[in-house]
Amino acid sequence: MKSLGSIRRDFAPWTDPNAKPYIQFDKVTKKFGDFTAVNNLSLTIFEREFFALLGASGCGKSTLLRMLAGFEEPTAGRILLDGQDLRGIPPYRRPVNMMFQSYALFPHMTVEKNIAFGLKQEGMPAPDIEKRVAEMLRLVKLEQFAKRKPHQLSGGQRQRVALARSVAKRPKVLLLDEPLGALDKKLREETQFELMDLQQELGLTFVVVTHDQEEAMTMADRIAIMDKGEVMQVATPAEIYEAPTSRFVAHFVGNVNLFEGKVAERSANTTRITGATGAEIVVDNAANTATGAEIVFAIRPEKIKVSSKKPADAVNALQGEVYDVAYLGDMTVYHIRLDDGQMVRASALNASRVTEDPLTWNDRAWVSFRPDAGVILAR
Amino acid sequence: MNATWSRFNITSIVLGFAFLYLPIVLLIVFSFNESKLVTVWGGFSTKWYVSLFHNQGLMDATWVTARVGVISATVATVLGTLAAITLTRYTRFKGRVLFSGMVFAPLVMPEVITGLSLLLLFVAVGLDRGFFTVTLAHITFTMCFVAVVVQSRLVSFDRSLEEAAMDLGAPPVKTFFQITLPVIMPAIISGWMLAFTLSLDDLVIASFTSGPGATTLPMKIYSQVRLGVTPEINAACTILIAVVAIGVIIASIANKRREVQRQRDEQAAQRG
Repeated sequence: MKSLGSIRRDFAPWTDPNAKPYIQFDKVTKKFGDFTAVNNLSLTIFEREFFALLGASGCGKSTLLRMLAGFEEPTAGRILLDGQDLRGIPPYRRPVNMMFQSYALFPHMTVEKNIAFGLKQEGMPAPDIEKRVAEMLRLVKLEQFAKRKPHQLSGGQRQRVALARSVAKRPKVLLLDEPLGALDKKLREETQFELMDLQQELGLTFVVVTHDQEEAMTMADRIAIMDKGEVMQVATPAEIYEAPTSRFVAHFVGNVNLFEGKVAERSANTTRITGATGAEIVVDNAANTATGAEIVFAIRPEKIKVSSKKPADAVNALQGEVYDVAYLGDMTVYHIRLDDGQMVRASALNASRVTEDPLTWNDRAWVSFRPDAGVILAR
Repeated sequence: MNATWSRFNITSIVLGFAFLYLPIVLLIVFSFNESKLVTVWGGFSTKWYVSLFHNQGLMDATWVTARVGVISATVATVLGTLAAITLTRYTRFKGRVLFSGMVFAPLVMPEVITGLSLLLLFVAVGLDRGFFTVTLAHITFTMCFVAVVVQSRLVSFDRSLEEAAMDLGAPPVKTFFQITLPVIMPAIISGWMLAFTLSLDDLVIASFTSGPGATTLPMKIYSQVRLGVTPEINAACTILIAVVAIGVIIASIANKRREVQRQRDEQAAQRG
């Protein structure tokens, strides 16, 4: 059996039917006046999972996080944490902590006092607080900044103080609202890996809200793609990318080519699709689609091979003309107009410095791909 | 910007400043006048300052003004802050528009009307006019100024600070006193100073609402002037100007220093 790419193979409680869910959204709806921010949503998150809520702004992902933190109450439905219904529990009594997008550092307190704030509310004895604060400062490498106030720190340092403050209480769940949104690109990439290390080290459950798909793909064990208050798909980054279950998800994550067509014939192992304009595509049987069904065939650009001659062994090969070429250094992106008028985006890794088969504007070209290179989606 | 010292520029600056400050300069100069006649220079002397401190009436009035100012400014600050919080936080209660209109109406209400209506009220409820009624009146008309100052700060207040505090386990009341209040404190202090200053130089409302034994300094000065300006009054005003000027200068120097320090810190933080 072929498998999709994965990083943490040993950690997959969602595949275990006996695994106990840690956070459960049970048919949760949240309305603000006439606007439905979250619509009858159910979702399960497991202990120690790094879970990402990914979606465009206004899709309800932040509302979901704020309901978990206790700043908003669901209009309908239940939210369970470790079996306990959270309804009616105010934010200051929930065993979850949040890292805010704006960091929300207390401007009149030093770094030290910011981190100690939550511990003081807990009534922890002073020597223990001191020890914990020192430990947190070490964890985020800010020991020499303990006495500084937030305005005396750089953006990256502030982000780390916010992080230290939110994990100081050892919450059951850490909620992160666009944790890296305010950092520049380079710092963001570094911090992504730091966050992952931290999550492993502390063994906490992380729920992160982001609109940046690369960030979600890098960090998360599983991603929930959200749109208009609903979850479109929950899966590992690899599944989301390689096996999207809907047109929306295929479109939302990465680039994709969509061929509209009809299932012409189903045999034991393959499905033959005829496009609207007559082109034929043969794919592995994946979806349980019936003959004659109207479907969309989705294929990622890097799964498509571009060549000047028709590859001899190709199952699927379509002819067209090079419409556009973009050289990006690590790869080259081709836009090919097929003879039936459909535009196809294909990308080729520049594995060697010179190409044997250079293609340029207006050249005749073949695009080819394997039967297992794409997925069939409902129209 | 035109930075050259043309004749026109110099003339307009001199005229402008003369228009603003010549009366005050005259007042200060004549407070050091030897002669009893206000408009005739009779040589330098500080005797009016000495006699000022022996003028029991003036000293009493100063003491009354200070007490009225401190008490009314403090109460007005508490009430004004509460009003500002209500107006910024609870945006959807019934009658909010009416409430905000009523809080801010005294800003544009002619003082004569405020004073007269308060007088009528005090008479109607049979309250003896005196220290208490002046203080009450000053609270009423300075409160709205405090509300305006504090509200403008609260509008730009980052609510996620409060959410963060609650998220970390602080109940709402604790959050207010440990986070909200310290952060908006500068605005509250400026509100207090504004209220104090307004109370200090109010003549109209105080005249309506004051009674025997509670004459404020502006009232005292005004009544003495009607009997003829004495250099003593000049001296009293000069001291008042000095106190206010020193206060303003100290406040702005402190402010400037903090600003410079802050900028330096931020630059240092950005460098690494």
